[in-house]
Amino acid sequence: MTVDQALFQFLLRLGDNTLILGHRVSEWCGHGPVLEEDIALANTALDLIGQTQLWLGLAAEVEGKGRSADNLAYLRDAWEFRNLLLVERPNGDFGQTLMRQFLFDAWSSLMLEKLCDSSDIRIADIARKASKEVTYHLERSSDLVVRLADGTAESHAKMQAALDDLWPYTGEMFIGDDADDILVANGIAPNPADLRAAWLTIVQRLETESTLTLPESDFAHQGGKSGRHSEHLGYILTEMQWLQRAYPGATW
Amino acid sequence: MAATRLSRGHVVTTTAPTVAEIWNWLDAVPDPEIPAISLVDLGVIRDVAWQGDTCQVTVTPTYSGCPATTIINLDIETALRSHGIQKLELKRQLSPPWTTDWLSDKGRASLEEYGIAPPQPAGGPAHCPRCASSDVTRISQFGSTPCKAQWRCDACLEPFDYFKCI
Repeated sequence: MTVDQALFQFLLRLGDNTLILGHRVSEWCGHGPVLEEDIALANTALDLIGQTQLWLGLAAEVEGKGRSADNLAYLRDAWEFRNLLLVERPNGDFGQTLMRQFLFDAWSSLMLEKLCDSSDIRIADIARKASKEVTYHLERSSDLVVRLADGTAESHAKMQAALDDLWPYTGEMFIGDDADDILVANGIAPNPADLRAAWLTIVQRLETESTLTLPESDFAHQGGKSGRHSEHLGYILTEMQWLQRAYPGATW
Repeated sequence: MAATRLSRGHVVTTTAPTVAEIWNWLDAVPDPEIPAISLVDLGVIRDVAWQGDTCQVTVTPTYSGCPATTIINLDIETALRSHGIQKLELKRQLSPPWTTDWLSDKGRASLEEYGIAPPQPAGGPAHCPRCASSDVTRISQFGSTPCKAQWRCDACLEPFDYFKCI
């Protein structure tokens, strides 16, 4: 695998994470529990889609086959997507959506912080931009998960259930492969495993500032980074890519 | 700088607008979502320069997903073309990333007058833009555009927008 091939995979992973999570979060638009949260969810989704344009735009440039960010988003099928399984998990209830956001934001903020020092200036530029937005997302998601977990008996039970359900999908964030090794060797990206300790420190707020218990098992579902997805991704793509599937090449 | 062009067979010399003039024109282009301030006030215009006979304007996005970005580019192009600039190149610059520190003092004053509390390093509005009370509460970290959050004044009870500090 060449450096550019590894880089292409890495950029797809970053862009597909934000694309699929952005789409998932956008499913809440018009369904939020209160207007302010509805707007917050839509704005978060918008930031994520904006970051997708940057990551997938660079992926297309690195690939050098004349594809665009739009081509990559709308003209690939499930097995070509490289997002974490975590981000394609169904929204569930509001608490589950926020827990998924918190677990992802915590990881994303650390990854972007490292990428600000990437040897690839194009990546560092995007990371510096996205990092500010994700810091803001993390502020909101961490505040809300702690408050809901520390709220009523019902909200506590829902947040614990959400954490238990999503926990096995977090391990994949820290498992590297050949592509990661090449990028680490070239100073382009951090070793995924090295982010785990700092991530745990953030996530432990759930125990120290609220009353949740972090699951003990470190079993990790994996496959998303190499294109082996859960059944949920297909349904997301069916909706997201509907226009291009029904009217190939449509533009406006 | 001077440019020459043929007109009815004669060579005439015209003077291209100076960079300062172009900045002034851009300062008359309103932000499409918050028309009380100009694009220059917003701090998204990072550079204006002549490259030969091409006018180069460097623009940075506020938020990476802000839908106004394409409208901003279109408005810049429309404004400069209406002033006779024919060769125009818009460059996108991501780094250094946009920060609310780049809002001009004029822009901050205009925001407040318009009813939007300008960004503060402390992370919340200094006071209500309507009645100036400092008794304010955050309603939501997000608002009607990516760059705003919603706050409420507990003195006059009016909700208001706060320009997020990033």
